Amino acid sequence: MSQTPHMGRREFVQLVTGFVGAVMGAVIGLPAIGYLISPATKRRQSEAWIPLGPLENYPVGVPTLFNFTRSKVNGWEKTVNSYGVFVVRHPDDSVTVLSNVCTHLACRVNWVPENQWFLCPCHDAQFGLDGQVLGGPPPRPLDSYTQDAVKIEDGNLFIFFKEA
Amino acid sequence: MSTWQKLLNWFDERLGLTTIYSTVLDRKVPKVNWWFTLGSASMILFLLQGVTGVMLTVYYVPSPDHAYDSINYIMNEVAFGWLIRGIHHWGASLMVLVVFAHMLRTFYFGAFKYPRELTWITGVFLLLCTVGMGFTGYLLPWNQRAFWATTVGTSIAGAVPFVGEFINEVLRGGTDLSALTLARFFSVHIWWLPAAIIALIGVHMYMIIRLGISSVPTKED
Repeated sequence: MSQTPHMGRREFVQLVTGFVGAVMGAVIGLPAIGYLISPATKRRQSEAWIPLGPLENYPVGVPTLFNFTRSKVNGWEKTVNSYGVFVVRHPDDSVTVLSNVCTHLACRVNWVPENQWFLCPCHDAQFGLDGQVLGGPPPRPLDSYTQDAVKIEDGNLFIFFKEA
Repeated sequence: MSTWQKLLNWFDERLGLTTIYSTVLDRKVPKVNWWFTLGSASMILFLLQGVTGVMLTVYYVPSPDHAYDSINYIMNEVAFGWLIRGIHHWGASLMVLVVFAHMLRTFYFGAFKYPRELTWITGVFLLLCTVGMGFTGYLLPWNQRAFWATTVGTSIAGAVPFVGEFINEVLRGGTDLSALTLARFFSVHIWWLPAAIIALIGVHMYMIIRLGISSVPTKED
């Protein structure tokens, strides 16, 4: 048999079995891999422009708190997170938008008009009007939205929200 | 001798692979017909249910708050989730059918007779386990049909004289269907019954390999 230049019957059957087996393995195996890695392949859209309302609502020089919520869906579970930002409007109508989360241990800071600082209720950290650390344990200034993450359209203020 | 052959021999010398192969697969069998393939079909279906079942546990959550939603997620969001669950769903019905047909063939061909009585008896338990898998698996989607089917099914157990009510409460994990019922049905479905089935298949197969299979009965039988 092996002397003939043609493929033997046994060899042919082995080849066909191997080929059909490989095709069947791929047909079953690839969907199985897709099934297992599926959640990692889905892109969740969490970035968005958040409207903060008309700019006139924000008095010049006085940090004003704006609260908003963002919902996040993981599988079948929906989580709603609340966020707060302090909007500081400047006389030239430019704005500084600061996160109200203390950079020390993530407590929410409050604006204290008498002292002109943000005070963290947890460890008495103080931040200035532009977010810089005035005293206390925080390692860095309050997080702020960069100028390209803030826009004013038709007198309405927007911030570009990105998940931290 | 090729490298491949050398490698194979190295393992064979230590593991006895060819002995296993010849004992398990190169057995002498009488001339039989297609009805004799139902046992193998049952085992292949069990393996299929096992593999797809393991895959489903990646996403399924056995809790009243999440069971239905997690299955919705599998069906609508996960890539090929519909396929994996579909195979598990239809494979379950098919397995009950094939196992039952396998039992009928054994019965009508008299294959349960000496010396194969114990093979038959383990087979009886395998049939019961298969039905048990169907019963416990039916509750897991936690939809209306599942809930009320299990309510009726466990109530039937409650009809047993004297101890019925107790059996019912053990099955449900309380007087009503609850999170406890779902959790224990899930446990039985993925741990207890599969373990029992694997053990029983082991014994069943050992006896088939040891005793060989019976031939198709003739007029003289």
